[in-house]
Amino acid sequence: MRYIDPHIHMVSRTTDDYEQMAAQGVVAVIEPAFWQGQPRTQIGTFQDYFSMLVGFERFRAAQFGIRHYCTMGLNSKEANNVPLAEEVMDLLPLFATKEGVVAIGEIGYDDQTEAEDKFFRLQIELAKEVGLPILVHTPHRDKKRGTYRSMDVLEEHGFSPEMAIIDHNNEETCKEVLDRGYWCGFTIYPKTKMGNERMVEVVRQYGSERVIIDSSADWGVSDSLAVPKTARLMLERGIPVDQIEAVCYRNAIAAYASSGQFQEDDWLNPSPIDQRTLFEGNSVLRGGQTPRIDEPAKEGLLIR
Amino acid sequence: MSAAPRDVLKSWLSSRLPEAAADWLNDRAAAITAGDRKALYLAFGLAVRKTGKAELSLSAEELAAAEQARPGWNASSWSIDQAARVFLVLHYPSTDADDFRKTLDQMFATGEVHELVALYQALPLFPHPELFVERAAEGIRSNIRAVFLAVAHNNPFPAEQFSDDQWNQMVLKALFIGVALDPIVGLDRRANAELARILLDYAHERWAAKRPVSPELWRCVGPATNAEGIADLRKVLDSELATDREAALLALSASSLPAAQTALTEENQSAVTDPAVRATRWRQLAASVSN
Repeated sequence: MRYIDPHIHMVSRTTDDYEQMAAQGVVAVIEPAFWQGQPRTQIGTFQDYFSMLVGFERFRAAQFGIRHYCTMGLNSKEANNVPLAEEVMDLLPLFATKEGVVAIGEIGYDDQTEAEDKFFRLQIELAKEVGLPILVHTPHRDKKRGTYRSMDVLEEHGFSPEMAIIDHNNEETCKEVLDRGYWCGFTIYPKTKMGNERMVEVVRQYGSERVIIDSSADWGVSDSLAVPKTARLMLERGIPVDQIEAVCYRNAIAAYASSGQFQEDDWLNPSPIDQRTLFEGNSVLRGGQTPRIDEPAKEGLLIR
Repeated sequence: MSAAPRDVLKSWLSSRLPEAAADWLNDRAAAITAGDRKALYLAFGLAVRKTGKAELSLSAEELAAAEQARPGWNASSWSIDQAARVFLVLHYPSTDADDFRKTLDQMFATGEVHELVALYQALPLFPHPELFVERAAEGIRSNIRAVFLAVAHNNPFPAEQFSDDQWNQMVLKALFIGVALDPIVGLDRRANAELARILLDYAHERWAAKRPVSPELWRCVGPATNAEGIADLRKVLDSELATDREAALLALSASSLPAAQTALTEENQSAVTDPAVRATRWRQLAASVSN
């Protein structure tokens, strides 16, 4: 089975991750622009980070046969540094229209401050201007209120739900998100977000329509194989294959298709120029190495 | 008088693009001509969505027109979006050289992979080439192979503008990352003694590690090396591999040292004296080792 991890921060991951993801069937990833654990203090570090997402990281992924896309945005945490945030807003239009940028994101609320609200709204308008979907990060704390508020604000700005992916949902938030017509992302991330046994039950209860699974693996304790592992667990626990394909592959393509930057042909049937530019050579996978294929032990499937 | 590069690009694009895309490009070009930097940045990013990514697949006449407009310009591997992007850049006013460089610098600094390839490939078409030498050297330092190749392969800019140090880094890095030397423009003309020494050291390091040495390496050693290099080439002339023996023969043939002649005579080989014949045989050799 082919998988897409539509939310993963590869700049924080090693080549081991890329090797294992490729070996387990991940063909494409979306890397949302986010904070990096340490708040930035200069506009230049934002510029170089954005450039890395569309430059070296895209190339690095290609060395493992994985197609890399990204979203561009000012994350809610760093929106609280208002003078710097203003500068980032000036920079964003330059990156938002680049090839392979599939959404504005991840944006939304963290502490749900006034500054976060201001820059969330400005970026909703930017997404409307450039015709891109929005990937919404929902807060860890006061999650339910923050999730509902995100949707209220999107609707206040006339942003259509089928163009928005609300991420990091759980059993408490997903019904409302689905009922209001949004794409509903679930992040399989140990300890703080969803575990994959819970995820199996969510799919059993709510089905696969507009449900998307991702890892959000980053610089914290997280699992870059969360999507393939969860797919295997769902299979083992009796979820129908077409539902697994929907939540681990097809729905991500449908959710980001309106960007015009995310098509299955990109990885199944790449253009000659893309093959030369993105899939040629192996400066990371040096001479003669082949990706390692690990058969994960059965108990290794669970993420709690 | 021959056409300017941007006119050549325009004719390639107008014969390949649907009318709506060609109109969009011309409209954006007009805005950019007026010095609208933001229009350039936006159109440069959006261009691929209007043009698609087909190969240009230029005819012999079109390639000749490029050569005439700008000697050494080889767009045989360009795609249509790359041509469109360069077409747009070449409309930005360049009378104020500093403004032109700053505008381009920002595009290089924020470029996506495909954009970077388009920009680096276009270096020989930019006005004020002396302002872009450091930028080209930065492209050579890139970790993204396609970006390195955009500067190094089929591009006359390095041979025309690079210092010996910059040139030597480029050739060594090409060998190091395992790409062909033959598509580097000016390879024979820019041979120099320092590069020959660097490459001999590199060959010895590879031999010590029991790793193969590209036969193309000897092409840059032959014309500029000393007695030590001739001694190495004699060994390569005895290699088990036909490609090594051919490389050593061609390299020794390019040396003006009497020792090179002696080596060939003692191995019952006769020198390939015509530089054009040598170049052809190097090309064939490069093709045979890359397959």
